[in-house]
Formats: sequence, structure tokens, C-alpha cells
Amino acid sequence: MLEFINFYLVPGLVLGCIYTLGAIGVSLLFGILRFAHFAHGDMMTLGAYLALLVIGLTGWPAIAAIPAAMLGTAVVALVIDRVSYRPFRSSPTIIIVIASFGIALMVRSAIQFTWGLEIESYRTGIHRPMVFFDSLRISGNHIQIVLTTIVLVGAVHYLLSRTKIGKAMRAMSDDPDLARITGIATERVITWTWIIGAGLAAAAGVFVGMDTQVNTFMGWNLLLPVFAAAILGGIGRPYGAIAGGMVIGIAEELSTYPWIGTAPLLSPGYKTGVAFGIMVILLIWRPSGLFRGRVF
Amino acid sequence: MEQMMFGIMMYLVALLTIGGIYAVIALGLNMHWGVSGLFNAGIAGFFAIGAYTSAILTTPTSIKHLGGFDLPVWLGMLASMIAAGIVAYAVGRICLRLRSDYLAIATIGIAEIFRLVLKNESWMTNGTRGIANVPKPFEDLGTPWSQLAFLAVVIVIVAAVYVVVERALNAPWGRVMRAIRENDDAAEAAGKDVVRFRLEAFVFGAMFMGLGGAMTAHSFKFIGPEATEPLLTTFLVWVMLIIGGSGNNRGAILGAIIVWAIWSMTQILTGFLPPDLAVRAATLRVFLVGLLLQVVLQRFSRGLIPEKSPTAAAATISQKVTPAP
Repeated sequence: MLEFINFYLVPGLVLGCIYTLGAIGVSLLFGILRFAHFAHGDMMTLGAYLALLVIGLTGWPAIAAIPAAMLGTAVVALVIDRVSYRPFRSSPTIIIVIASFGIALMVRSAIQFTWGLEIESYRTGIHRPMVFFDSLRISGNHIQIVLTTIVLVGAVHYLLSRTKIGKAMRAMSDDPDLARITGIATERVITWTWIIGAGLAAAAGVFVGMDTQVNTFMGWNLLLPVFAAAILGGIGRPYGAIAGGMVIGIAEELSTYPWIGTAPLLSPGYKTGVAFGIMVILLIWRPSGLFRGRVF
Repeated sequence: MEQMMFGIMMYLVALLTIGGIYAVIALGLNMHWGVSGLFNAGIAGFFAIGAYTSAILTTPTSIKHLGGFDLPVWLGMLASMIAAGIVAYAVGRICLRLRSDYLAIATIGIAEIFRLVLKNESWMTNGTRGIANVPKPFEDLGTPWSQLAFLAVVIVIVAAVYVVVERALNAPWGRVMRAIRENDDAAEAAGKDVVRFRLEAFVFGAMFMGLGGAMTAHSFKFIGPEATEPLLTTFLVWVMLIIGGSGNNRGAILGAIIVWAIWSMTQILTGFLPPDLAVRAATLRVFLVGLLLQVVLQRFSRGLIPEKSPTAAAATISQKVTPAP
């Protein structure tokens, strides 16, 4: 039982946090700009590498580098939006999807050009996990990741439900034409959507680096589960994305638990396929997701 | 001097061979995106299915992977098209009734799952080491002739695929596809079964992607999971089609050859750099191709050879036949 919690449930929770932060951004962007942002994974990679830069310069712990990484990634996202996505605002959205596909590779190759292709990590050496009640072992990094996620999600919740810009975002997500008629400054809403989406993606990227290591392909590998989480939560539904991210993250980790007999239920090599499996079942059975998002 | 000329000639032959293979894949993508407006972001998946199907069927028996069944190459290529078509049918049945973004996500998913399978199921694919000894047609003709003969095979296949897709586009089927792309509600109202037509186009295009995969495996005499990387197969083909002119089959072929030439020649340039710089310069190549895509999308969104609308083409013909009084 304790082995289950230590090696499956807690890592699943941590992975769920990472997916959640990515999926909130994807879901918000889809709701407001109406396109699947394919460069979102590489925004995560960018955040992770910006944190690496900050850590290298200051020697701070990874968690302290998160605000700088979020800010830097948000600025890059705004520049990309201005240069590459904005000219297509009135074109069919699928053109922006193609553009974002190209942006994903450009961001990745720029990162590879700057930092090289080697795998990096924030801290070297062995970290001892904290031990609770004699046998419950949880690493300090994992506690930090979960707590920071709770803070970030809380902040997003506050922003969406209490502030004017958050209400404008929800209005635009529900009905863009009506929002425009009622005088909502749509470009301002879009700016904030990018700041939130890219910021959360950067935080998720730093979490991956804290949990394992940093490499230039990490974002691409995260893209599929993040999309799956956003679809599971119902696209355009940021609260659903939280549930979606948690379900996908925990399901991925639990899929390798030896539920039947002693062998893992699913070979660990196929762990990343779980998200896709869940997504296919959803697309067949309930494309609107668990929380009745938009169906297209 | 003569040796250098020979080297340049052999390079051009290799360039055209691979460019031609990409042209087949780009024609497949044109069927999906250019003609039908279906966003397939998982070209690598169909490519991989085709490549491995043909490789397993045509290699001599080996203990390292499933089969080799030692079948003739043309049979392997045919099987690769069928295999890719079957997978496309399954994907299409699930995703084509949804909005195009979902299809994009689902096709990426398919491609990634296939990569996982290729890496993990070593009994079938020899894992990351890949399948070697894939037969290449006309291999035993000696150095210049075997390459030239293979190039001829590639050209014949490109021409055949071109004729087939061109005929399909000019047939009523192609007109329905275009109508669905422009306005699917109107096509539905006109009594067309939109989902069925889309499914047909999706399977049709995917078959050529599978064929392209098989041709690659036979051309290199080897196929491994790295060849199915999304950058080289999916992204490059998209850039080819958009630069060439989506919706136009000749544009797809031209785009494939031009982009492949740029890609391949920049590789030679980076080859002159010292090793540590060369690795970085390689990443810069990807950046530049991405930039090229952005510029073309924003400034020349119709590509080098833009799509000709059937009505405009018909109008010019009728003008020629009956000159205005």
C-alpha cells in the first residue's frame, strides 16, 4: 500500500499538476482565440530553460526561478502572438494552427541553438526524500510542485471569477460576438490570455525540470497529454482542465502499477500512450469532455 | 575534374530521388489539406506504417524482427498503401466528424503511438536498431546505373500518382471535395454525404504517405524509428505543400523538390563548419525553414503555383473555343 502511494500515487499527482497547468493554458487559448496552440509544449520547454538560466546566474533554488521564467515566457509569447498569430486573426483558425506548428519548431530550435542538445538538470547530487510516519516518503520537490500548483490555480481562479479582465475573458470565451458588441476590448483580453497561458506553461516546464531533468524535446512529449487533458476537461473550460490534467497524470502513473499479478499492467514504455487512449475513447464517446465544453 | 562532375551528378540524382519521394508524400498531403481541408499533423505515422510494412514483407528472413517474408518490392509497396489506408480509415471514422483541430491532435497522437510501438516491440521491428537489408530495386546494376534506375522508378511512381490524383480532382469527386472544403454546410444541403467524402479523401491521401514511407525504406535499404521523426516527415512536408501551393498537385511536386533541395544543400554548408558549431547550425536550419513557412503563410499564402479554381479554368477554355463577338 505504501509502495503504491510512494511510487505511483504521488508521482501521478505531480504529473497531474504539470498537465493541469499546461491544459489550463490550452483550454483558455482555445476558448478565446479558437485554435489549438501547437507551440504550447515548447513554451513549457522555454520556461524550463529560462529557469535554468536564472539558476545558473543566481544559484537560487528552482522554485525561486519560477516567477522570472513565467515572465520571460509570457513576453516571448506576446511577441510571437504579435508577429506570427495576429495577422491571421480574421483568417480561418486552421491557418494559425499551421503557424503555431512552425512556431513550435522555431522555438525549439532557438532553444537548441542557445543551450545545446545536452540534457540538463537544476541540481546535481542525490536528494533524500522526506519521511513521514516512518514509511511515507515524499520528495521535497514534489511537495513544492503540488503547493505551487495550488497557489497558481488559486490565482487563476481569483482572476477569472473576481477581476474585470477575468470576467471579460469568460464572456469572450462564451460568445465572442456578443463580447465585442458589449464593448469588451478583445485585444486586451487576448494579451492577458497569452500572459496567463504562457506563464502557467512556463511554471509547468520548471516543474518537469525539478521532478526529472530538462531537455529540448520535453515540451513536444508533453503536448499530447496536455491536449488530452484539455479535451477531457472540455475545451474552453479552464476548471475542467484541472480535473482533466489530474485524471490523465494519475492514470498514466497508475497504468504501470501491478494491478493484476506482479507484472506492471502496462509496460512503462507505453505510459505516454495512456493519455492518447483516454483521448480516443473521449472523442468517440463524448467529444465535449467531462464538463460539457464546446463541441466543434 | 571529371570525378568531381561525376560526384555532382550523383548528388543531383540522390537529391531528385529523395525529392521525388517527398513529392509523393506531398501529393498525399495535398489530397488531405489542399483539396479537402483536412489537417493531418501525423504524416510521420502513415509514413512509418508504410515503411515498416514494406520492409517487413520484402526483407529476407531474419531473427531480429518479424518475418522477413522475402516478397517482391512492388508487392511490399502495394501492401504499404493498403496498411496506411486501413489505419487512416480507423482514424477517420473517429475524428472526421469533429472540427479540424481535433483531427490534428488525433493524427499527432497516432504518429506518436506508432513511434512508441516501433521502439518497444522489438520482436516485430527490431526496436531502435531498425530493420536493415531492405531490398532496393536494380541494386546489382553497379554504381551509376543502379541509382539512375531507382530514380527512374521514383519518377514513374510520381508520375503515376500525379495522374491518379489529377484525374480524381477533375472528376466530379474532386469538385465535391472542393465544395466541402469551401462550405460543408452547403455541400451537405446539396445532398452530399460530407463525412463519407472526407473519409475517402483521408484514406486516399494516407495511402500515398504510406507509399512514400515504403519508397524511403527501399531507397535507404534501412528503416529505423529516427526516420519517422515528426520534424523530417511531418513538418517538412507541410512546408513543401504550403510553399509549392496547396490545392495544386504540380505545386506540391515543385514545393517538395525545392524545399528538399534547400534542406539538403544547407546541410552541405553546415558540414563545412567545425563539429561543435555544426550541431548548432543544424538547429538553425530548422529555424530558417520555420521562418520561411511564416513568411510564405503571411505574404504568399497561395504558394508558388496557386490553385486554379475549376470555374476560372473552364472560363478560359470556353473563351478560347468561342471568341467574343
